[in-house]
Amino acid sequence: MDLSVKWLKDFVDIEIEPKKFAADLTMSGSKVESWEKEGGEISNVVTGRVEEISHHPDSDHLLVCKVNIGKPEPLQIVTGAANLKTGDIVPVALDNSSLPGGRKIKKGKLRGVLSEGMLCSLTELGLSNHDFPYAAEDGIFVIEEPCEPGQDVCSAIGLDDVKVEFEITPNRPDCLSIIGLARETAATYGLPLKKLEPAVRGGAGNISDLLSVEVSSPELCPRYVARIVRNVKIAPSPRWMRERLRACGVRPINNLVDITNYVMLEYGQPMHAFDLRCVGGARINVRTARPGEKIMTLDGVERSLSENMLVIADAEKPVAVAGIMGGEYSGIMDDTSAVVFESACFSGAGVRVTAKKLGMRTESSSRFEKGLDPQNCLPAVNRACELAELLGAGEVADGAIDVDNSDKTPLVLDLNIGWINKFIGIEASADEMRRILTSLDFICEGNKITVPSFRSDVRHKADLSEEIARFYGYDKIPVTQVRGAADGRLTPRQSFDRKVSEVLVALGADEIMTYSFISPKYYDKILLPADSPLRKSVVIANPLGEDTSVMRKTAVPSMLETLSRNYNNRNASALLFELAKEYIPVEGRQLPDEPLKCVVGLYGAGADFFAIKGIVQALLGEIRLQDYLIEAETGISYLHPGRAAALKIKGESAGHIGEVHPSALKNYGIDVKAYIAYLDMSALFENISPEINYAPMPRFPAVSRDLAIICGEETSAAEIEAVIKKAFGAVLEKLSLFDLYRGAQIGKGKKSMAYNLTLRSKERTLSDSDIEPKLRKALKGLEEIGAGLRG
Amino acid sequence: MREELQKIENETLAAVQSAESIKALEELKVRFLGKKGVLTLILKKMGGLSPEERPVIGKLANETRFKIESAIAAKSFELEKAALNQSLIAEKIDVTMPGKPFKLGKKHPLSKVLDEVKEIFLGMGYSIAEGPEIETDYYNFESLNIPRNHPARDIQDTFYIDENVVLRTQTSPVQMRYMQSNKPPIRIIAPGRVYRSDNVDATHSPLFHQIEGLVVDTGIRMSDLKGSLETFAKRLYGGEAQVRFRPHHFPFTEPSCEMDVMCFSCHGEGCRLCKGEGWIEILGAGMVHPAVLENGGVDSEKYSGFAFGIGLERITMRRYNLDDMRLLFENDVRFLEQF
Repeated sequence: MDLSVKWLKDFVDIEIEPKKFAADLTMSGSKVESWEKEGGEISNVVTGRVEEISHHPDSDHLLVCKVNIGKPEPLQIVTGAANLKTGDIVPVALDNSSLPGGRKIKKGKLRGVLSEGMLCSLTELGLSNHDFPYAAEDGIFVIEEPCEPGQDVCSAIGLDDVKVEFEITPNRPDCLSIIGLARETAATYGLPLKKLEPAVRGGAGNISDLLSVEVSSPELCPRYVARIVRNVKIAPSPRWMRERLRACGVRPINNLVDITNYVMLEYGQPMHAFDLRCVGGARINVRTARPGEKIMTLDGVERSLSENMLVIADAEKPVAVAGIMGGEYSGIMDDTSAVVFESACFSGAGVRVTAKKLGMRTESSSRFEKGLDPQNCLPAVNRACELAELLGAGEVADGAIDVDNSDKTPLVLDLNIGWINKFIGIEASADEMRRILTSLDFICEGNKITVPSFRSDVRHKADLSEEIARFYGYDKIPVTQVRGAADGRLTPRQSFDRKVSEVLVALGADEIMTYSFISPKYYDKILLPADSPLRKSVVIANPLGEDTSVMRKTAVPSMLETLSRNYNNRNASALLFELAKEYIPVEGRQLPDEPLKCVVGLYGAGADFFAIKGIVQALLGEIRLQDYLIEAETGISYLHPGRAAALKIKGESAGHIGEVHPSALKNYGIDVKAYIAYLDMSALFENISPEINYAPMPRFPAVSRDLAIICGEETSAAEIEAVIKKAFGAVLEKLSLFDLYRGAQIGKGKKSMAYNLTLRSKERTLSDSDIEPKLRKALKGLEEIGAGLRG
Repeated sequence: MREELQKIENETLAAVQSAESIKALEELKVRFLGKKGVLTLILKKMGGLSPEERPVIGKLANETRFKIESAIAAKSFELEKAALNQSLIAEKIDVTMPGKPFKLGKKHPLSKVLDEVKEIFLGMGYSIAEGPEIETDYYNFESLNIPRNHPARDIQDTFYIDENVVLRTQTSPVQMRYMQSNKPPIRIIAPGRVYRSDNVDATHSPLFHQIEGLVVDTGIRMSDLKGSLETFAKRLYGGEAQVRFRPHHFPFTEPSCEMDVMCFSCHGEGCRLCKGEGWIEILGAGMVHPAVLENGGVDSEKYSGFAFGIGLERITMRRYNLDDMRLLFENDVRFLEQF
C-alpha cells in the first residue's frame, strides 16, 4: 500500500521528516518498506516563459528560444520540439540540473549555438499524460498550471508529495486505506483523527425509480449498497486527484473511474461503476452463476463461470464477477450518461475461491479476500457521490439502495488489566490502556471494550494485548529471562547422527544438501525396473515442474546428480556425503515414513571399490558397530553386478556399497568410475555398542607370520579369511592382506593372496610349537576349499 | 720407562690432535690402548720394575692412559659435532615448498550454522524436537489458526499431496505435535526443511530450512521472549549486536513481532546491504495464541508461551556474505570446500 503524505494530512495534522515517520510507523506496527520524495530525482529545474523563438542558423529542425526564468536576463536554449509558441510556460532544466534516471544537464553548444539548459518533456520529468492529460504526448511539456517564471518545477506542477510504501499484513485490510493509516498515525503520535462526513446534495430524482437490487445469496454478500449519478460528464479529474492517485501508484483514467479508485484508496472499500444502460431491466441481482454462464471481463478474456461463483447480474446476464472484475460491456464509456456506484461487501472466502478458480487476482479481490467491514459500504458510496458532485462529474440521485444482511452486533471484550500486564511483562495503567484503545476507535466503557466493526482481527484478550503492546512500545517492554532451569541436550539418536557426519568429515568427505523432490525420470536414470516398488513415490499434486514433482523414495539419484554436476563442472575428484531423508508411502497411513539415510559418493584419483569400502568400514569402526558382514550383492539396479556388496547386520541388510553401473554413469554423463555407499541410519544406530570398553595393553610380544595362498579366482577373500580365523582362533590378533598377485608364475585362473598374521597370546610368549598345529589346521582347511600355500 | 711413557703420551696426544675422522681416532685408540697397543705392551713390562718403582710407574701409566682417553673423547666429540654440523647443512630443505596434502571434509555451510544455533539453544536449556516434512493440513494450517480460505495461505504457496496432506510450509506444526505429546514446561527448538512453491532464484528456493522455537510454562511473558531472543542474537552475532523488536502478524501468535539486528555494515544508518533500512530482519516470533495452546492440549488460562521461527538460509547467507541461495543446493565442491 502506497500512501500520499499530502492525502494523509487531510486526516491528521502532522509535519514530520519522512525518515522519522517511517521509523515510528514501523515500530507501531505498520511496516514501512520504503519512502520517496516525489520529484526527488529532479533538481535545478524551473518554470520558464518562452519570450522569443528563432530558427537555428545551421539546422532546419532546431529552434533557439529566449526563455524568461524570472531573472533580468533571459536564457538562450536550443530545442528540437515543434510545439512551442511565445508565452508558453515550460520546464527548464538549468545548467547542472538532474532529471529522473540520473540524467545530468549541462550548458553547451548545439551546432555552434550556446544552449544554457534544456526544455523538458513530460517523459523527461518521469511523468506521462495520464498525469497531465492536456499536455502533448511528445514535445515540450507546456505547463497550464498557474505559476510564475523561475518557480521550482516540482512545486509548480505539484510533484512535491512524499510517497510511503507500507507492507500491510493480511490481518489488517483496514490499513489498506488512507483513513486506516491515518488512524494508526494519529494513535502513534497521540494526535486527533479528523473524521470525514460525506455530504451529498442529490436532487437528480430518486434511485428507487431508476434501479432495483436483489441479493439472492446473502451468505456471500452480507451487504450491497448502490447509488446513481446521472447526467454524467466524462472528463479528466482535477489535478489534486490525479496527483494523489499517482502518489498511491494508481494511474488516473477519467473522473468517474478515478473517483472509484480514490474512494477505494481513501476508505479501503473497493467500488465498481456500471453504466446504467448496461444493467438490463434496471435490475441488479447478486446471485451465483447459472450452469454454463460466461462473461467477458474488462481485460477482454471470456470466462466460464461455475455455479458457486457470485456474480452481479442484470435481469438476464452477469455484468460483473462479484468483487473481482467487471464485465467488458458494462463499464464506463465516453458516452455514459448514468452510472451506478456499487459499494458492497462480499464474503472473503467466496471471493478467494472464485478468484483462484478463474486465475485472476485484482486489487479488488485481494482486498475482499482479507474480509472487509460491511459498515464501510455506505460511507464509501456517499463519499463517491460527494466527489462526483465536487468534480462536477454528474448529478446524484437521492437515496441509496442498501441491502444489508450484515451482523451489526459489536464484539465486546473485557479489559483484563492484570492479565495483560502479566502477559506482556509491563506495568501499564488502566488509563493508559484505555487511551491507546480509544485512539484506535475502540469504545471503552470501564473495562468493557467494544471492538470497532473494521477490526475483525481483534477477537480475544490476547489481541487487545497486542494493540496495547504496540502503542506502549515494543522497545519499552523490558528484557527478562525465562525463569527456572531446564535440561537441554541431544537425544542419543541426535548425537549419533551428528557423530556420523563428523566421522565422514574426518574421513575427507564434504557434506551436501539436496532437494527432497526429484523427477520420476530419475528412477529410469538409476535403472530401476519398471515394476520396482521403489518407484511408488509420494507425488506432489501441484509441483513447480516435472523435475521436482515426486518426493524421493531413494536418496541415491540426488547423490548421482551431485556427482554428475561436479564432474561436469570439471572438478577432478569428489568425495561427498549426505544425511538424506527419504519419503516412503505406507499402505493405510495418511503420512509416509521419513527414514534417514547416509549416502556417500566418490569419483576421481584413487577412487575404487575398496576406497569406498574402506570409508564405510572406518565409519562403522568409529561408531562402534562391530558385528557386520560385507558380502557380494548383485541385485542393486544402479550398481555394477560384479562390484557391489551388501552390508548385513545380524542377517538384515543395512545398506550397500558398490561401483556405479556403467549404464547409470552414462545416464548421468559421468565418464569415469564412480562409487556409492548407501547406509540406513536407523539400522546402524540400533546396532552400535553403547560403551567403549578399554582393552589392556598387551603384556607379551606378538609373533608375525606371512602366508601366501594360491587359489582359484572364484574363491573369495572372505572364504580364505574364515578358514584362517577358525584355525587360529583367539590368538589371531590381526589378519591383513598385503599383496595380490595374478600372472604367469601361478597360471591362468588363479590368484595369490599374501596375508600377514599377527598372533599373540594373553598368557605367554607364543612359541613355534604353539603355532605349528594351528598352521597345519589352517592348511588343511585351505585345501578343503581348493587353496594352498604358494611355492 | 718414565721417558717412554712421556714419549708415548706426547706422540699419541699429537696424533689425536691431528686425527681427521672418527675412524682415525678409533685406530689410534686401538694402537695405543688396545690389547696389543703400545701402552699395554709397556705395562706388561712393569713386572721388571722394583717394588718401589712399580706403584709410581703404575700411577704414571694410568695417568697417561687417562690423558689419552680424555683427549680421544674430546677429539671424538669435536669431530662428531663437526660432522653433524656438516650434515645439518647438507640436509637443508626449502621449507617454503608446500606441505603434503591431507584432505579433511567439510560440513555444509547450512549444517555449520545450524550446529551453532543448536549449541546456543542447548546451552539455554532447549531440547531438539522433530516432526514430519510431509504433514497434514490440520497440523500445518488448521491447528495454527489458519483455516481453509484464510488469506495467510496465499502468502505461503503450498505444495499439496492431496486435499489433506501438504509439504509443510513451516516448522510450526512441530510445536503442535510436541504440545500434544509433552506437558509443560516446554523448551524446544525444531529445525527442519520446509517447502513453498517459489521458483528458484538468487533469493528464493522451493525448499529451505527453518528453526522453530517454543517455550511454554506458567508465567511466560513477552519480556521473556525479548530476553531469550536477544540472548540468542548476541551469542550468534557477538555481544555488541543490537536488536529491535517490531510488531508484525502471524496467525498463530498474538502479539507477534519480528526481530531485526542492526546492520553490521552501516550500524543503522542505512546502506545497500540492509536496503537502506539500517536493520536486517532475522526472525519472526510472538506469544503463542491461546487458541493454539488449546489445540495443543495446553490450558491457556494456566500456561502461556512464546514461539519463534528463524530462517536458516537467511542467517547462513548473512554469515558468509553469500549472494545467491542456489549455491547452497548446487553442492559444487569448490563452494563446499570454502567453509
